[in-house]
Amino acid sequence: MRYACLIYYNPKTLFGGSPEAEAVLAECTTHDVKLKESGHFVMAEALELPESAMTVQVRDGKMSAVDGPFMETKEILGGIILIEARDLNEAARVASGHPLARIGSVEVRPVVDFSQPRPKL
Amino acid sequence: MSAADARDALEVAYRTEKRRVLATLLRLLGGFDAAEEALHEAFAAAADRWPREGIPANPYAWLVSTGRFKAVDRWRRQTRLANAGPELAALSAPAMEPSMPEPVQDDELRLIFICCHPALPPDARLALTLREVGGLTTEEIARAYLTRASTIAQRIVRAKARIRDEAIPYELPGRAELPMRLDSVLRVLYLIFNEGYAATEGPSLMRADLCAEAIRLGRRVVELLEEPEALGLLALMLLHEARRAARVDAAGDLVLLEEQDRSLWDRGRSTEAQELLERAFARRSVGPYVLQAAIAAVHTQARSVGETDWNQIVALYDVLGRIAASPVVALNRAVAIGMRDGPEAGLAAIEAAMTPGSLDGYPLAHAARADMQRRLGLTEAARASYHRAVELTRQPAERRFLQARLAQLPARPAGAED
Repeated sequence: MRYACLIYYNPKTLFGGSPEAEAVLAECTTHDVKLKESGHFVMAEALELPESAMTVQVRDGKMSAVDGPFMETKEILGGIILIEARDLNEAARVASGHPLARIGSVEVRPVVDFSQPRPKL
Repeated sequence: MSAADARDALEVAYRTEKRRVLATLLRLLGGFDAAEEALHEAFAAAADRWPREGIPANPYAWLVSTGRFKAVDRWRRQTRLANAGPELAALSAPAMEPSMPEPVQDDELRLIFICCHPALPPDARLALTLREVGGLTTEEIARAYLTRASTIAQRIVRAKARIRDEAIPYELPGRAELPMRLDSVLRVLYLIFNEGYAATEGPSLMRADLCAEAIRLGRRVVELLEEPEALGLLALMLLHEARRAARVDAAGDLVLLEEQDRSLWDRGRSTEAQELLERAFARRSVGPYVLQAAIAAVHTQARSVGETDWNQIVALYDVLGRIAASPVVALNRAVAIGMRDGPEAGLAAIEAAMTPGSLDGYPLAHAARADMQRRLGLTEAARASYHRAVELTRQPAERRFLQARLAQLPARPAGAED
């Protein structure tokens, strides 16, 4: 089964220059290799800060585009990793091995299996 | 060696060796997370190397030593970052090197005992056993127990943290501690079995799987511990399983024991159960599982309801009531008395069993009372009791069964009131 690991961190903490943050950043550069070795890797990308992003909406057939979301001091979405894992527990264990889990948080989300019925709200 | 051969061998190894490899790695590495990571890396390495280097003569040993090597390697790399951990010191000790495959089954049994450790909450024991020993995924366990996968996942994570924090040793309990710990193991196995046997909701295949898994684990326990209660539980599960095909009709409706087509019963399983029971009785110490299995065996031996030895069943319930008294045991004994001495005696015994009030919410008690009342011609009382049973029943098949019974009662005389 596939799981998306959504990595959140507070930029002020991660880029604040503390020795702990520096160690995390150094480890991040080689983390993909570890995932490839263990056979969990599908794809991984780090994201630029949200200030470089754009948000689009289409309402009544018209597109509107705005900058942002703007960076607050809160945690932002900083990267996405797609992994292959046996189940949610294995996915969580793999996610917990990401260096940013020590400084931010990693949300583990199952990728939708479209052969299954839609969720009932 | 073709790539297809290697892939087939890998699939077979994954299906048959995964649990044993995990159990051994757990003993060697001393932690669930490390063992699972090493297991995964070992299979990833096999997928890479078996097509090129050929299938190893002993896949289990290959996977264990590869997994262990990967873990040691990882610890070495990590210790360069944060100074040496005690794990590395222990693992690099030369004495560790040659001590490869110890008795394999011991590892699996040890794993069952860790997963069923009394320090863990019961629902965590169940989830952990199903995942780590039974090989089910978090999502499958959640489906079986109609819970969210994230709830099960958290339960498992917390249980593992507790095992680590309380330093629960990865070993079989000592003689003195064994009975109490075995009790917990047997209880979890029986819960797993019952979930597969009695539940009527959810995908049915999955449920048969749970029964098979409980029986497989029961066999493992018996192979290694000739304890009467372990023998008894395995016999009990086999006897229930032997009747599976006759228990539900073509429409998926429940068929009562007395109406089952006995030719559909699996004789092989009941014979095996009989042998287990004899071994248990030879140990001259009987517990609740042995007695329940003995009762099920008396039913199985009868070629028809009429030939059932109700005397022996009542006697077994008497003993069971003495060592493990419960309202349900009292109720079952009362029903057996009804079968032996007639509905009047049966009804009196059922009323007595229901007097403390603890069975008021138990649908089968009202159904049993209704059955005796029906046989005594107390139609209106039977109607009321069946109604009460229907109200309390949540399982669709049981509900349909009770409604059919209600419909079979003689019609109410015209103008009569309740």
